[in-house]
This record gives sequence, structure tokens and C-alpha cells, in this order.
Amino acid sequence: MTVIKIDQVNLTYIKGGLSVNNLLEYPFDSQLIMRKRKSLKKELLKKEDLSEKHIAILGGSTTHDIKDMLELFLLNYGIRPVFFESEFGQYWHDAMFGNAELIALKPDVIYIHTSNRNIMKYPEPDQDSAAIDELLEQTYSHFEAMWERLSATYHCPIIQNNFEYPYYRLMGNQDASNIHGRVNFITRLNMKFYEYAQSHNNFFINDINYQSADYGLREWSDPFYWYMYKYALCIDAIPILAYNIANIIKSLFGKNKKAIALDLDNTLWGGVVGDDGVENLELGQETAIGQAYMEFQQYLKDKQKLGVLLNVISKNDYENAIAGLNHPQMILKPDDFTIIKANWDPKSLNLVQIAEELTLLPESFVFIDDNPAERELIRQQVSGVAVHELGKLENYIYTIDRAGYFETTVFSKDDLNRNTMYKENIKRTQLQSSFADYKDYLLSLRMRAEVKPFESIYMPRIAQLTNKSNQFNLTTRRYTQVELEQIAEDPDYIALYGKLEDCFGDNGIVAVVIGKIEGKSLDIILWLMSCRVLKRDMEFAMMDTLVEKSRALGIKTIKGYYYPTTKNGIVRDFYEKQGFTKISEDAAGNTVWELNIDTGYEAKNHVIKVNS
Amino acid sequence: MSRVEILEKVTVIFRDLFDDDRLDIDDTTSAEDIEEWDSLMHINLITAVQSEFNIRFSMDDIYKMKNVGAMIDIIQKLLD
Repeated sequence: MTVIKIDQVNLTYIKGGLSVNNLLEYPFDSQLIMRKRKSLKKELLKKEDLSEKHIAILGGSTTHDIKDMLELFLLNYGIRPVFFESEFGQYWHDAMFGNAELIALKPDVIYIHTSNRNIMKYPEPDQDSAAIDELLEQTYSHFEAMWERLSATYHCPIIQNNFEYPYYRLMGNQDASNIHGRVNFITRLNMKFYEYAQSHNNFFINDINYQSADYGLREWSDPFYWYMYKYALCIDAIPILAYNIANIIKSLFGKNKKAIALDLDNTLWGGVVGDDGVENLELGQETAIGQAYMEFQQYLKDKQKLGVLLNVISKNDYENAIAGLNHPQMILKPDDFTIIKANWDPKSLNLVQIAEELTLLPESFVFIDDNPAERELIRQQVSGVAVHELGKLENYIYTIDRAGYFETTVFSKDDLNRNTMYKENIKRTQLQSSFADYKDYLLSLRMRAEVKPFESIYMPRIAQLTNKSNQFNLTTRRYTQVELEQIAEDPDYIALYGKLEDCFGDNGIVAVVIGKIEGKSLDIILWLMSCRVLKRDMEFAMMDTLVEKSRALGIKTIKGYYYPTTKNGIVRDFYEKQGFTKISEDAAGNTVWELNIDTGYEAKNHVIKVNS
Repeated sequence: MSRVEILEKVTVIFRDLFDDDRLDIDDTTSAEDIEEWDSLMHINLITAVQSEFNIRFSMDDIYKMKNVGAMIDIIQKLLD
């Protein structure tokens, strides 16, 4: 970790917007941000496009600095938190018996900060295994009852700490395996927490067991902070804890990164392929350095399997880059990358082009390059990209890992297939260029869509889309899975998903529409589509079905709303293209549109077969 | 390290934490003199001072810190 001497950090450095962000990016200097928190907060509040989220912190110990640090990291992610914080140790009471302030807050996320200080009873030496099982059950049900109550009352995601190990071991090493040991008891309790997480969609573990191990348990659990201030962890570790919570929250609200842009020379292999030749690259089991590059590639490949798109931006002749990627010891093959840019153009230009080709925003990228000059270029020229400070080769994996760019909360089938889907898209673009007439091209894709009311198996993906889509999104309303499930069951709503398949493969769920019935009229409160199916007439297939469903319910007019953001300019004329008439526009550019479906409606989709 | 040098560094910490570039402190300054110096801020002061001088206070030390002067005495003792 780089330690910036505090005396050297003058205020002008802190005051620049860019630098504030840098200070809060991993690897950060915990001490510095704890000290500069007030001025950092002031700067961060100047950011545009902050989205407000209500966050309840239910603590089993002091949480004051945790809240302060969480606020900074969330602001840095574009989320302006409004907090509720329990009185000291009141987590259970507030959850079970309600608290007027908490209820009034209507939390979007609840974080429960408990620790092994909140375990009241441990196994006694004279207890038999049945008695210990019962104690385990009792301890667990205290928590489970609270989660059930919270989710029934607030219908929002819950983030729960697991337990860190105790800082002493009464039975020495056997404390881990003996049923009377506290390490054993905590391990079993944690397992029960994980089982609950596995069977509940909106419940997430904040793994302080791992964080404390990573930090050093003895330091983390220094009892000084408990005796003096009733903190369950040392104060210096609070930024690390808060960063982990912020990563879970930003992931829940669709602010994860989606892709990596990788350099080749001295990033994926040792040496410069153009100068040294493929045969002299350092890669493989023969040398320590070669092995480090191989493991790094394996890490990236494993990330790719989780849905992260890998791309190359290399200053090389294309043939040389491909020759390097075909090195027999490469773990990553040319096929593992979605897009490979190997040329002599500025990397900033290449990055923007890759983003466009993948219909992603540059802010969805992490840029990984061993060359500090290239990193600085991207930082200055392409805003929003996470520019990773790589550090030493042997630390590549761990620094990227701890940065939490891709923190997994919802893992859908879509994540598993993402690489294939983007690859198929590139093939479609190639096919398109062989057709003079665009409609002929669309017909050649032999598209089939399913446009139907929300189904429970698709809920995780629908929720993910409502939180991730920024560009093709008319109202940019975010929904949790629980809210969507309620809408699906409510007869006052028409809620449709759209799934699109073609001759190249299945795109999965790509469109979501929610309409609220108001008498004889339908208000479209949400309309979004994944940018990977732009210009395929899917929006017309959706509208046709929406109109059909509306007419069946006796609805005579449909109202559309467009709320501009910095990212959704591409749908400004959406309703106009759909044949709606503009009925109002305010100073901020918010527009309201209307379509009369009583007197007739002409279907607009002629290229996709729907629900057949 | 001299008391003057320590006071200089402690002053920077105070200015950062209270986000006030003109804040001046001396040996007699205590929680009564700065409105925002509550028990929560006290924890942050202690932590920042520990990190700055790379020292660790004992619980006993903290109970003896009635004002900035007492704090500097203890820092000096721990640095020796």
C-alpha cells in the first residue's frame, strides 16, 4: 500500500475533484481519509448525478466512524446516503420492535453490524453435543428472527456481518475442531448464516471473518477499542470494513464494473513481444516471473467465467500481439477476449471505441496497464474508468481482487453467458455489413421473442436490469427484487419482460416494461432495454404486446414519460418514434407523451416472431 | 522530538479533523474550548495521533489526557 506522508498532501491536491476520487480508490491510505473526512465529504458532495439511497445501520457496537467512512466511499461511487443509525447496541431491539425514525427512513438497504461481541453464550465444557446443538440453534434463531422481521417490514436487501474469530483460544489449536471450542462454535454459526444467504435472494454476507484474517485478527480485534469506545474492531481497520460494505451496496445498485481493458507487454507476460519475439517472452512454469504471469492470467480467466468481459488494448503491431496471445503457455487464448485492439493509436481512443462496440459506457471499464504514463492518460482523458494501480507483479492479483470492482451480489445465468453473448453480437455486426437493406438483415437474424408478464425465475435478472440500465432507460427508476415481485402480483400493473433469441444465440432477458393502470389509462413508469439489442426492433415488439395487453383490459390511452439524465440521451425521441404525441415538457426537459389506442393501433414490429 | 515540534504536528491533525485551517491550539486547549470536540471526535484525535507518531496509547494514558499539554507529555514519553 502506498503511504502518502500527510504533511506532503497540501490542500490543493485534495481539492481537485479527480484527486479526491483517487484518495478513495483502492489501495487507499486509511489514515489519511479518516483524518481528511470532513474536507473529502465537502468535495464529494459537489459531484453531479448522485443518487440518494436510504441506508439503515443497525449496530451491535459503536458504528459512528463506520457510518462516516461508508458515506465517503458511497459518495465516491455516486450514491448519496441518508442514514439511520441505531443507538449503541440497539440493533436487535430496533429490528424487532420497530423504531419510528427507522420506519420513517424507508431504508433501501439495511446493514447489520454485529461481531462476536454480540454472542452472549458459548458452549460450556460440561455440555454434551445435543446441548451445544441447541445452543447453536438458539444463538442462530436470535438473528434469523430479526432478518425475517426486517425483510417482512422493509422489503429491502439486508447486509449482515458474519463473525470474526475470537482473539484468544481457550483450547488452543483444538478450539477449531472440538465442539466446545469457540472457534468451532463460530464456524458453525457462520455456516448457518451462509445457508440462510443461499436460500434468500435479498440477503448478503459482509465477510468480516475474511476481512479480519486479511487485516490481521490480533490487530483487528485489539480489545483496547472495545474497552475504551465499544468498537468491535480497531479504528484503523474501519475504512477497510466500510469499503467492503460500500462495494456490496454499489453492486446491489448496479454500479459494478463490467469489463477489463488489458495491456499485453509486461502486464499479461514478461517482456515486449515486438522486440523480444514470442519465444523469449517470460511466461510459464520455468521461472518465478513466468509463473506469476500465468497465475495472473488464470485469475483473469476465472473472473471471465463469472461474466467479466476481457479486452486487450496493446501498443503493438496486430500480428505481434496475436502471436503473443498464441504463445503455447498462455492461459488466456485470443478467443477469451471480446475485443482485441492492437495498434499504435492512443489507448484512450481504443478504450472509447471498445466501449462503443460493446455498447457499454467507459465507466464500466477497469484499465490495467503496467505503464504509469498510459494510466495517467486514461485518467485524464476518459472519465469514469477505474484506472488500477497495479503495483508489483506478485501483487497484481491481490490488489485487483481487494479493489472489489466486480463484487458479486446477484449472479444470474446471464453473467455465465455474457461473453458468448457479446461475441455473438460481434458476429451479427459482421453479418449486417453483408446486407444492403437493414430490414433484410433483421429478417436474416430469424429473431424470436418472448414478451410475457414477469415470471419468478427471471426476477433476479429483471432486478439486475432495472439497476444496471442507464442508457436505454426512459425513467431510470431502480427496483429491488422484492418490489418487482409485489408489482408482478398487483392487478393494477402490467409488467412485461422481453427475451430475444436469434440464429446466433439467446440474448436472454433484454427488455422490461412496467405500466401502472390509472382508470382507462396506462402510465409507463419503467421502460428499459439492454443496449446489446439496440436497433433490432425489439422496442416495437414490446410496444405491440403492451398495447395488446392494455386493450384487453379496456385501456384507452397510454402515457409515456421521459426523464433525462446524463446517460439516457439516446431515448429522448423514443416515444415520438413509437407514434406518441408530446403533451408536456418542463424546464428540466422532462417530457410526457400520449398514445390513443382506442381508435386503433398498427403493429410496428415486422421482423421478430413474438410468443410463437 | 521537542514539544514545539510535537505541537506543530498535533495542530495539523486538529485542523484536518475539524476541517478548520485557522484553528490554533496550545497546552491549555481542552474539549471545553472547541465546540465540536465531543467524545466521538476525541476517538478520532487519539487514533490520528497514534498513527502520526507511530505510537500506541495505553488506556491509562488516555485517562490522563485532560488537555493538549498532557497529550504532548504522553506523546513525548512514548517517543523516548
